[in-house]
Amino acid sequence: MTLLGQFALWAGLLAALWTALVGFSGRWRDRPELAAAVIRGSFAVCAAMIVAALALWKGLLTHDFNIEYVWAYTSRNLPDAYVITAFWAGQKGSLLFWALVLSLFGALAQLVTGKRHERLMPYVAAVTCIVAAFFIGTMLLSANPFDRLPVTPPDGRGLNPQLQNPGMVIHPPMLYLGYISITIPFAFAIAALLSKKLDTGWLHAIRKWTLLSWLFLAIGITLGMWWAYVELGWGGYWAWDPVENASLLPWLTMTAFLHSVMIQEKRGMLKRWNLSLIVVTFLLSIFGTFITRSGVIASVHSFTQSNVGFLFLVFLLSTGAAAFSLLYLRWPALKPDAQLESLASREAAFLFNNLVLVGIAFSVLWGTLFPILSEWVRGVKVTVGPPFFNRVNIPLGLLLLLLTGIGPLIAWRKTSPANLRRQFLWPAGFGLAAAAGLAVAGMRDRYALAALILAAFVLGTVTQEFWRGARARVRMYGEAVPLAVTRLVNRNRRRYGGYLVHVGILVYFVAFAGMAFKVTQEVTLAPGETAEIRSPYGHTYSFTHLGVSQYEALNRIVSAANLEVRRDGGRLGTIKSEKRQHVDSFGEKTFEPSTEVGIRSDLREDIYVVYAGSIGGTERANFAISINPLVWWVWFGGVVLTFGGLLTMWPGGRTMAPRRRRDVQAGFEANLAGPDSDAPLAEVVR
Amino acid sequence: MKAGTKFLIGATVIVASVAFLMVTSVRETGVYFLTPSELVQRTARDSTFHDVGIKIGARVVPGSIRRNDAERRVDFEVTDGTHHFPVTYVGLVPDTFTDANDIEVIVEGKYGRDGVFRATEVLAKCGSRYESAYEAIKA
Repeated sequence: MTLLGQFALWAGLLAALWTALVGFSGRWRDRPELAAAVIRGSFAVCAAMIVAALALWKGLLTHDFNIEYVWAYTSRNLPDAYVITAFWAGQKGSLLFWALVLSLFGALAQLVTGKRHERLMPYVAAVTCIVAAFFIGTMLLSANPFDRLPVTPPDGRGLNPQLQNPGMVIHPPMLYLGYISITIPFAFAIAALLSKKLDTGWLHAIRKWTLLSWLFLAIGITLGMWWAYVELGWGGYWAWDPVENASLLPWLTMTAFLHSVMIQEKRGMLKRWNLSLIVVTFLLSIFGTFITRSGVIASVHSFTQSNVGFLFLVFLLSTGAAAFSLLYLRWPALKPDAQLESLASREAAFLFNNLVLVGIAFSVLWGTLFPILSEWVRGVKVTVGPPFFNRVNIPLGLLLLLLTGIGPLIAWRKTSPANLRRQFLWPAGFGLAAAAGLAVAGMRDRYALAALILAAFVLGTVTQEFWRGARARVRMYGEAVPLAVTRLVNRNRRRYGGYLVHVGILVYFVAFAGMAFKVTQEVTLAPGETAEIRSPYGHTYSFTHLGVSQYEALNRIVSAANLEVRRDGGRLGTIKSEKRQHVDSFGEKTFEPSTEVGIRSDLREDIYVVYAGSIGGTERANFAISINPLVWWVWFGGVVLTFGGLLTMWPGGRTMAPRRRRDVQAGFEANLAGPDSDAPLAEVVR
Repeated sequence: MKAGTKFLIGATVIVASVAFLMVTSVRETGVYFLTPSELVQRTARDSTFHDVGIKIGARVVPGSIRRNDAERRVDFEVTDGTHHFPVTYVGLVPDTFTDANDIEVIVEGKYGRDGVFRATEVLAKCGSRYESAYEAIKA
């Protein structure tokens, strides 16, 4: 099978290079048959990558330990699900996964994009293929997943136990899908620049793609938080680790783009800025893959070190230089159609939101690269950790949350003072009520207070938007409230899905605020002994050590410590935390022992127990016990955000041609109830 | 005043705050990342290095680990081949911190004037055991 895999890689590389060469040359412009051949080229790359991927999966599933990759990441006693997902457990397989998914997305983009963009498509094929060629070339040059060993070992090394977790099965592919799918909007941006078709056409072609990659990244990041929380055992879900930061960066710039693109659609402004954001987002996605896979910056997540880092750096720099040069060449053609009219306008709110998002991204990038930068500049390595990122990003995050509440309340172009009062009365009141309630409850942490108050304000904004929209429908059509809400959302999924995403974000902020009140205690307990911890809500938790039991499971020897948990004397149940020693099928130890955290989760707080080992072979054991407030809400925020994101992308629904939309906007804005003419009234008038 | 000008003022305020936050935060939370040799040389030249937080990237001297589980304390020595000094840490060490040969650690803390590094955090990674198994198979 490796021969077939090698062949497929070479075939894919040649097809990708040919497609890129002919595609970029532009010779297909007057020759439709050549244009069609270029597009078929991207299908050929896709076919080759599918063959290569199947070859690697075959090797994994047949336990062909003569293939180095199979030997390095699986073993005979590894559960089948993990054998399949070991495909992306290591660097070489990840690169193949990248190339596979990219070529699939590239082919899909060719299939689903409408006829009216056909002048762009060969360029799109060229960009996706040159990126694919880079990944395939990297594999062939220095990280070939089909490398064979000189001998066939009887069993493989097994999968790192920290990766044997359901979260880890889907977290990397989700993140990769996010990183990879950004290539498609980038390809359209480059195609628009090359073909000089710089109207909003390409923006419409990529709308779903940008939402898709944004959503994949968001899901991937949240799953990564979940994995870190349940598997790494340090008691939190976000450590500002370089790999985590790297996944956040393209998500931040993509979030900025999703907002600023609306300004371009409605007002023809920010063309240069939007193109720059897409290019930067693409570069950051490559940078993210590079950080994860290069070992340039020490991280708990980067499992490998290798020389592919250099290739990535070269690719990153040359792509960046090429894209920005092209942008510079087209600079004069990208003049804005309009100017900012008032600071009290949706445009201004979005511009500030963009600045803050890019500011956050820049500070995170800066902090992540600071060890390298400081060594270059000052000759001594200085690192910054969570205190840096929190100090910088908590104020900026709160400002962003404030803008999340303000943006939907103010109209495009300009808003009158009377309108501002009408719009802000209820949401601001809601925020103030929350402030009063929290003050009475005795909360003093100023950042947590600010986060909760602003979250209430944003919730007020979103509720008011739904309420006014639904009320207008009830009055206009006499619909019942549930029907009115459903139709309201259905008629403008982008807008109301976006509001749901805002709700997801505010839920995250509430959950983050909760972690300000986390308590942790390290205790040593003999069986029968009890430790007490006071929770942030004022409850007293007691933990009684019930003893350590040992047993063997499929591929591991387990020591499990059980604690009985009581809240204010009432029994809640037992929590089990394990030490696992993984073994191969001959009973030989494979990896270092790993810890399985015990977690009991409810809406208010998580009880998080880490069994840190026994003392001198007895059942007397060390534990780290944490009470983590509001952690459940992180995962819930992720669900809300995902639901909202899916809603914005759902096919069908009402679509309006962009020109038409702007006319409606201009004509009726002054009279409309809502700040946005997408409200149902607009339909009636129409 | 034109809206564009007003926006520019607002934008300047935001950019300046981001820059201000970044500069002050680096100054107040930045931690030197040194090898044992660099640390020994720098403290010899400038004794204030004893008073600031430092991160050390080093290898654990094989056989030097003394665990006192009852007190949740670990003492060990770190080296980069040239200089070595003792580290003491109270707290729970990660799973990867074992008695296996050649574990690499990142320890954060302060280097006392008595020559003992008091760690507030210990991170460990161990890969060499598997790498050597790999070399054995390749050979």
